[in-house]
Amino acid sequence: MVEIKVLGTGCARCNELEKMCFNVAAENNIDADIQKIKDLKEIMSYGIMQTPGLVINGKVKISGKLPTSTTLLHWMQEEK
Amino acid sequence: MKYKNKLWIVILLIAFWFAIYLNLERLTAILFDITGLSSIKEGYARSIEFFIYEVPKVLMLLTLIVFIMGIIRTFFSPEKTRALLEKKSLFLGNILASVLGIFTPFCSCSAVPLFIGFVEAGIPLGVTLSFLIAAPMINEVAVILLFGLFGWKTAVIYVSTGLFIAILSGFVIGKLKLERFVEPWVYEIKSNRQEIGEDKITFNNRLDSGFLAVKDIVSKVWLYIVIGVGIGSLAHGYVPEEFLAGFMGKSSWWAVPLSVLIGIPLYSNAAGIIPIVQVLLEKGASLGTALAFMMAVIGLSLPEAIILKKVLKLPMIFIFFGIVGIGIIIVGYIFNLIY
Repeated sequence: MVEIKVLGTGCARCNELEKMCFNVAAENNIDADIQKIKDLKEIMSYGIMQTPGLVINGKVKISGKLPTSTTLLHWMQEEK
Repeated sequence: MKYKNKLWIVILLIAFWFAIYLNLERLTAILFDITGLSSIKEGYARSIEFFIYEVPKVLMLLTLIVFIMGIIRTFFSPEKTRALLEKKSLFLGNILASVLGIFTPFCSCSAVPLFIGFVEAGIPLGVTLSFLIAAPMINEVAVILLFGLFGWKTAVIYVSTGLFIAILSGFVIGKLKLERFVEPWVYEIKSNRQEIGEDKITFNNRLDSGFLAVKDIVSKVWLYIVIGVGIGSLAHGYVPEEFLAGFMGKSSWWAVPLSVLIGIPLYSNAAGIIPIVQVLLEKGASLGTALAFMMAVIGLSLPEAIILKKVLKLPMIFIFFGIVGIGIIIVGYIFNLIY
């Protein structure tokens, strides 16, 4: 089970990242728990300064931009 | 794609760019001759000529500069900027923050995380705000459009006065000691900064960022440019030049503050506001008034105030907007005096 958190207060790219996570997990049969984190305090507790942020199993993977689907899949498999 | 191949493609594309750009005037002249436009004396022919020459010119400039800025930005992350700004004295910090604001990747949707990240690292409030003023106001789209449509002097003036406003407003806010107007929870946040594998960026990644920036930005703004230049060309051929001179020209002292007051609540990106600036200038508004209006629209806005309300108390928002607004008004007056 991979625990994925998408950090973002509602920007367009934040929603896009969330959708990407759902798609990549579904296409590759990865058992993932995907959450959208909108609370600023919680977002900031990960120390990021740009949204969207992506946290997989507690580790910040990227912030401020979108990963490619391949990279995203790689991260999910790495953390599985 | 292999890194060397990609580099060659970039070099070829840039050579191709220069080959066209440097001959653009000649190419359009040939086109006008073929279509017979150059022999028509009526106003509409001049409008079409202006349009056909200006649109490719501005779009080409924009593409090249956005590509270069996309690459430059990969060298500046907010994390690096923050590290550079830590432990800097007030005035020097304001200067550095404003300059870094130009180069650090910034999206207004990230203004709050960035604000908290800076403040939490101990960067003074005034320095943080210098950054937040410069970052949206001075950007490559604004500068290129001003350069392409109004010449390099206007572009240089815009950048330097924008920096001046960001440095000075941040400095004044720093001196006023307004920390009590920051929401207290901002200071309570204890984040654990994690290393994101940012240092592994290859040259290839940087080129990709350049291409991505072109795709992102040019696809968003090209239509505004076509419309803007279109309006400009129509005005070029038809509208009498002194149309706005009476109420937005130099002689009316209230034009600058009024434009700023109208501009502050409005929100638009640089590409969206330039067509309006173009019309204002074509119809006789003075440069200082038009630039002040543009700065107020891009630099300050109601949506931004609402976003910042999450971390700043209301009096602070008013002070912030007030000081930046006054800075813009001063710049507007100075321009109207010089030109």
